[in-house]
Amino acid sequence: MSSEKVTVVEKIMDANDQVALTNRRILDQAGVFSLNIMASPGAGKTSVILQTIKALAPEIRIGVIEGDTAPVTIDADKVIAAGMPALQINTAGSCHLDAVMLSRGLESFPLSDIDLLIVENVGNLICPASFKLGTHANVVIASIPEGDDKPYKYPTIYRGLDVLIMNKIDLLPYIRFNKEYFLKGIEMLNPGLTTFQVSCETGEGIAEWAEWLRARVKEQKAK
Amino acid sequence: MHELAVTENILNIAIRNAENARATRVTDINLVIGALSSIVDDSVQFYWDMLSQDTICAGSKLHFQRLPARIVCQDCHTEYEIQEELRTCPSCDSYRVRFVQGEEFFLESIEIEK
Repeated sequence: MSSEKVTVVEKIMDANDQVALTNRRILDQAGVFSLNIMASPGAGKTSVILQTIKALAPEIRIGVIEGDTAPVTIDADKVIAAGMPALQINTAGSCHLDAVMLSRGLESFPLSDIDLLIVENVGNLICPASFKLGTHANVVIASIPEGDDKPYKYPTIYRGLDVLIMNKIDLLPYIRFNKEYFLKGIEMLNPGLTTFQVSCETGEGIAEWAEWLRARVKEQKAK
Repeated sequence: MHELAVTENILNIAIRNAENARATRVTDINLVIGALSSIVDDSVQFYWDMLSQDTICAGSKLHFQRLPARIVCQDCHTEYEIQEELRTCPSCDSYRVRFVQGEEFFLESIEIEK
């Protein structure tokens, strides 16, 4: 009987990442640009989605996949009321969406009817960071009332981002929020991160965000 | 978090590689975990002891090699580690920095008997 060391070097999250790659291929084949929107509960994920629909539809056809731990359809109902197709995933208590859940959602989603897919993740600033979905862009919505120290406290999720949306900027005059401190933290974790400052309440900044999305959807179609 | 799912993943990777190497049993599992990957070693060990029973990994030992978060300043090129909080360059206070280590999360190797 002999002993041997076997080199492996496999990422522990590889199983999820492989499914995420398949999801990406499916979305690319359908010519659909996709977002994974993450944030703390109440930061404004659904509000941003509704404002996005208002700004881009019907020029851009948008579909939404909603993830929630409780068996509710609160968010999906709002999207459907806004005239767009929405699918609700009940994670059955799981604190995040993962690539397998999204792949099941994609199976029954009319991808040929849309140009842009928005996945609204479970309200959680920690767990979604570890589970790639295969969407083209990871977006975090950071709302002003949450405070300026969140990048320092939750570095992992900010590192994995492609876009940051600062929401509720209309509340800046009423909340102690050191923008410089916040943005410095972002710069250290994710240099040059595309950032938008918006208010879903007043509509400020939404046009710039919509323009960025419009450009991405156009690029995706051209591939 | 998610130590149960993580442990299941480690077990699946270890078993597959052990079988490919035609092992009779696995004695050690060497994990590399960066400081930014938040995993509680004790919880993984707890689940491991349960899940690896009746598998080729039964009785094997988990080894956790922790790598610190290392940052390189883009302005003065000082390299520094952060143990706790994210901070600017200790030499020039710049916030223009790049992470070069700390997000690793992989199974590096297994030790087997044949």
